[in-house]
Amino acid sequence: MQRFANPARFMRLSAALLPWCGLLAGICLIMGFYLALFVVPPDYQQGEAVRIMFVHVPSAWLATMVYAVMGSASAVALVWRHPLADIAAQSAAPLGAGFTALCLFTGSLWGEPMWGTWWQWDARLTSVAVLLFLYLGYLALIHAFDDPGRGARAGALLAVIGLINLPIIKFSVDWWRTLHQKASVLRLSGSTIDGTMLWPLLIMALGFTLFFVTLLLVRMRSALMAAKIRALRLAEIEAG
Amino acid sequence: MSTELAQFLNMGGYALFVWPSFAATFLMLALMLGISLHGYRRNRRLLDHLLTLRHR
Repeated sequence: MQRFANPARFMRLSAALLPWCGLLAGICLIMGFYLALFVVPPDYQQGEAVRIMFVHVPSAWLATMVYAVMGSASAVALVWRHPLADIAAQSAAPLGAGFTALCLFTGSLWGEPMWGTWWQWDARLTSVAVLLFLYLGYLALIHAFDDPGRGARAGALLAVIGLINLPIIKFSVDWWRTLHQKASVLRLSGSTIDGTMLWPLLIMALGFTLFFVTLLLVRMRSALMAAKIRALRLAEIEAG
Repeated sequence: MSTELAQFLNMGGYALFVWPSFAATFLMLALMLGISLHGYRRNRRLLDHLLTLRHR
């Protein structure tokens, strides 16, 4: 792991990966939006409102996936104290917060016509709202200390503790009686969604995932450059 | 406006919910992309500038 987490090697590898990730993300997103708006048929119960699912579901998946990345990177940073792991977690956090906010907003826009309410304090919705506050708390915490190292450690600890929320989000619809429907794609017994809707949804989800990977690489490269800028400025000050 | 376009924009009566969802998604993705690229380009320029000064 140390070999792959070398900053110089990361810069070389990410420079090679970035254009391909960005290109594939763009293609998948364009295809996904086209299919969701123009090709997918209206649902027999939800009508045209089903189209909201094609942005709501991928953003919900990304909200939890990004937190899993952030929490895992934070655990690596706490155990092995590798600076790239901290940079990965800190670069992922604003993106995860964005996907979570988007998931809550689009879910609310779907909930009003389908459930008759913008918001319900049920287990799934509440646990996703907690996820948003975990992201915001993490971002506030890492910037709350004069010493960035202490901020990173405090944030990493919060991110690791917050991992407990992920299984709660996933299984909330099974453990408690909720307004939110149970899983219909990520099920052991297979998806319950028709292929005409499943494939566009999977293409959109792939587009969202590749978009996240692209931005994560961009932000990590940017953070590494910022660290180098700080080091150069310190060296200038020391040299007088 | 043609009937087909009007029907498409109306989204079966759910236009007030569907279009803001897609607009918010476009906006959020554009915001994430814009902020990330802006920070990257700023740091790239600054680092290049500092390295040039150092090598003089």
